[in-house]
Amino acid sequence: MPDGITITINGAPVRVPAGATVAVAMAMAGQACRVSVKGESRGPLCGMGICFECRVTINGVSHCRSCQIVCEPAMDVRTDA
Amino acid sequence: MPSAISERFDVLVIGGGPAGIAAAVRAAESGVGVGIVDDNPAFGGQIWRGKSEDEQPREAARWMRRLSESRITKLTGLRVFHQPETGVLLAEKNENLCELRYRSLVIATGARERFLPFSGWTLPNVMGAGGLQAMVKGGLPIRGKRVVVAGTGPLLLAVAAYLRKHGAVIPAICEQASWGSLAKFAGALWRHPAKVARGFRLKGELGTVPFAASSWPFAAEGKEKLESVTISRNGKTEKIQCDYLACGFHLVPNVELALLLGCGVENGCVKVNEWQRTTVENIYCAGEPTGIGGVELALTEGQIAGLVAAERVKEAREFFRERKKGRHFADLLDQTFRLRRDLAELPTPETLVCRCEDVTYSRLKACSSWREAKLHTRCGMGPCQGRVCGPAVEFLFQWTPESVRPPIFPARVENLAAVRATAPQNRSL
Repeated sequence: MPDGITITINGAPVRVPAGATVAVAMAMAGQACRVSVKGESRGPLCGMGICFECRVTINGVSHCRSCQIVCEPAMDVRTDA
Repeated sequence: MPSAISERFDVLVIGGGPAGIAAAVRAAESGVGVGIVDDNPAFGGQIWRGKSEDEQPREAARWMRRLSESRITKLTGLRVFHQPETGVLLAEKNENLCELRYRSLVIATGARERFLPFSGWTLPNVMGAGGLQAMVKGGLPIRGKRVVVAGTGPLLLAVAAYLRKHGAVIPAICEQASWGSLAKFAGALWRHPAKVARGFRLKGELGTVPFAASSWPFAAEGKEKLESVTISRNGKTEKIQCDYLACGFHLVPNVELALLLGCGVENGCVKVNEWQRTTVENIYCAGEPTGIGGVELALTEGQIAGLVAAERVKEAREFFRERKKGRHFADLLDQTFRLRRDLAELPTPETLVCRCEDVTYSRLKACSSWREAKLHTRCGMGPCQGRVCGPAVEFLFQWTPESVRPPIFPARVENLAAVRATAPQNRSL
């Protein structure tokens, strides 16, 4: 990945291709995005910002829809898991 | 108030897919001030986004170029959530508040996939068909992955072909419509040669991928994430190992913004007259929100809306014939991909219908209306505001959603507070 960038997910570095969304970075790291009300792991469903299943905390801002946000260098992504 | 952007436009277009782009480009030709807004990081809508120029159909590349070369104000990553007063919309970009003022508005908010609940559908890696395609466009590596594509609608074939082209293995495409209705659909396509050509191209791209009609996902299985899918085919079930299930049941119009602005909606579609004008004087609507009709109809309706919004009514009339043809195709889609009632039998008592609030089928079955379901179970009251479970509930229980309330998307508390500060007369929040 010559033009890749590195972000951290729950503190661990993950390298992704430039232009990848945060949801894609989560999938590449094998991470679910959120835990449901009853404790199920959830990942993206709609891929277009409608379903809110892919929400994560990015740089301290909670409830970000990871499918609509492109990774930026040194981004800090956290899940509530 | 923390306002990132405050802008005023003669014509403001909400939605940057084919309909919105066509409307904005056409309106801007006559020199009026035009703005176009989309909530995604890039324009093109779901259908055109994330493709390099040589990957795109010529028509798409042409429109994208016309947009980028125009003097239109292009705003991405903006999500409209409220109308504090007539002619003003509020949106959020990241956490910041944006105020958009308009003389005329074109609603081109597109459509979303319809999801139906079945056992295991909430497992990670069960995604919409368009949803998985969007993820791959967003960089998800799919080479060598096994993807079952299921549900209904022409999107299934397009997605399967796209995924295969990017190296995925497609063990099955399951279409719930019968061969009979698919044959009728194919037979009526002679009026739409462009669609036939696209169909043949898809057939070529799909090669030997197994396609089954009268077939649908019965259950998804896996521990932490999807491992296999059981499909129903010709009355028998069959388990297929896979990495992803790409599953969508055709599309539903995004009408929340139209409802917020008081535009009439009928049978789930925004009502428009021959000028694409809604029941509100200076608000137009184009593309999927007026009825699911595909990209050609969206472009045609978008051009009409943009021309009329810029007061070029005479030129708009030239597109009426094309629109009639497009609406014929929309009717065909509607008839062909109507959902069979068997699908209403898929959820088990424990199957979740509302994913935001984890509400099971059995809890909803005990209710007699949307209102009761909301009060007793919180179904449809989570962050998606019923965008996912609403169409499912409508199919399962024939409950139609009531009116929408602002904010139509969740917004930051400080931005909601700013609404009150700027519009003290507004008591609807």
